[in-house]
Amino acid sequence: MTVFEVFRQERKGQPFAHAGSVEAPDAAFADAWAREQYGRRGESAALWLVPRGSIHAITDWADEFDLKYRRVDGYSIKARLKEARERALGPAAESR
Amino acid sequence: MSARSDLLLSLADDELIVGWRDSEWTGIAPTLEEDVAFSSIAQNEIGHARALYELAAAELGTNADALAFDRTPDEYRCAPLVELHLLEWAHTIARRYLYEEADRVRIDALMRSDDSELAGLAAKIDREETYHRLHAEMWAERLRDEPRFRAAVEELWPYALGVLEPELRPELARRVGLETAAAKERGEHTPDLAELWSEMTEVRRSEPGAEW
Repeated sequence: MTVFEVFRQERKGQPFAHAGSVEAPDAAFADAWAREQYGRRGESAALWLVPRGSIHAITDWADEFDLKYRRVDGYSIKARLKEARERALGPAAESR
Repeated sequence: MSARSDLLLSLADDELIVGWRDSEWTGIAPTLEEDVAFSSIAQNEIGHARALYELAAAELGTNADALAFDRTPDEYRCAPLVELHLLEWAHTIARRYLYEEADRVRIDALMRSDDSELAGLAAKIDREETYHRLHAEMWAERLRDEPRFRAAVEELWPYALGVLEPELRPELARRVGLETAAAKERGEHTPDLAELWSEMTEVRRSEPGAEW
C-alpha cells in the first residue's frame, strides 16, 4: 500500500492546500477513494494526489549564527512596548 | 395502485435495501478508505430511495418514512438481488458491480421517459451514480481474473437480471459480457428480506405513530 498525500483546491485559481492522505494499492484506487473523501460534496475544485515517497521534504535548518533578526518575526515588540509604556506612564499603564 | 406508483416503489425499494445491505459493511470493510467510500455510497443509495419514495408518497397520499418502514415485508417490491445477506467481500463487490450496471441500464431508460418528473429525478440520480460506477468498475476490473470474484458474479447473475424488465436484460448482458439466462424475478422474496426488515423497522415499530 502507498500513502498518497492529498492537496485540495477549494476554488479555481486558489492555491492547493494539504488536506490529508489516502492509503491505496495504486493510483486508480487512490483516485476513487480520494474523490469520496475529499471531493464528493462539492468542497473541491481540484485535487492533487502525490505519493508520499515523491515528496522531497526539508526539515533540518542550520542557524549557527542566530540570524533570526533577518526574519520579520525576529523581534517581539510586545515586551518592549510594555516596558516603554511603563517608563512613560508608570505602572498605571497596566490598567489601560 | 397505479403502474407509476408500482414502478416508483420497486425503484425506491431496490435503493433502500441495497443501501441497507451495503451499510452493513460500515466499520468492517477491508480497509479504512474503502470503508469510508462504501459507506458513503450506501448512504447515497438511501438518499435516492428517499427521493423516489417522496414521488410515490405524493401520489399515494402518504409520506416517505411510512413507505420505507410501515409496510409489511410482502409489500416491498425490491428485487431478490438486493435482499441477499452477503458476508463475503467478493460477493459484496460482485453485487455492487452487477447492481450498478443494471441500475445504469434502468436509469438510461428512465431518463428518456415521458414522465418529466421521473426523468428529471433519474438525471439527478445519474450524476451521483457516476461515482458509484467508477468505484464498482474499478473493483470489477481489479478482481476480474480472481476465481472467487468470477464465481460470485456467475452465482449472482440470475439475480442481477431480475433487477430489470425483460426488455432491458440484453443490454445488461452486453455490458457485463454474459449470456442472458433465467432470472430470479422480482415478486418472490428471499428469506433474507424478513430478517432485514425486522431489524430495519425495529425502532420505528417500537413507538407506532411517533413523530421522529
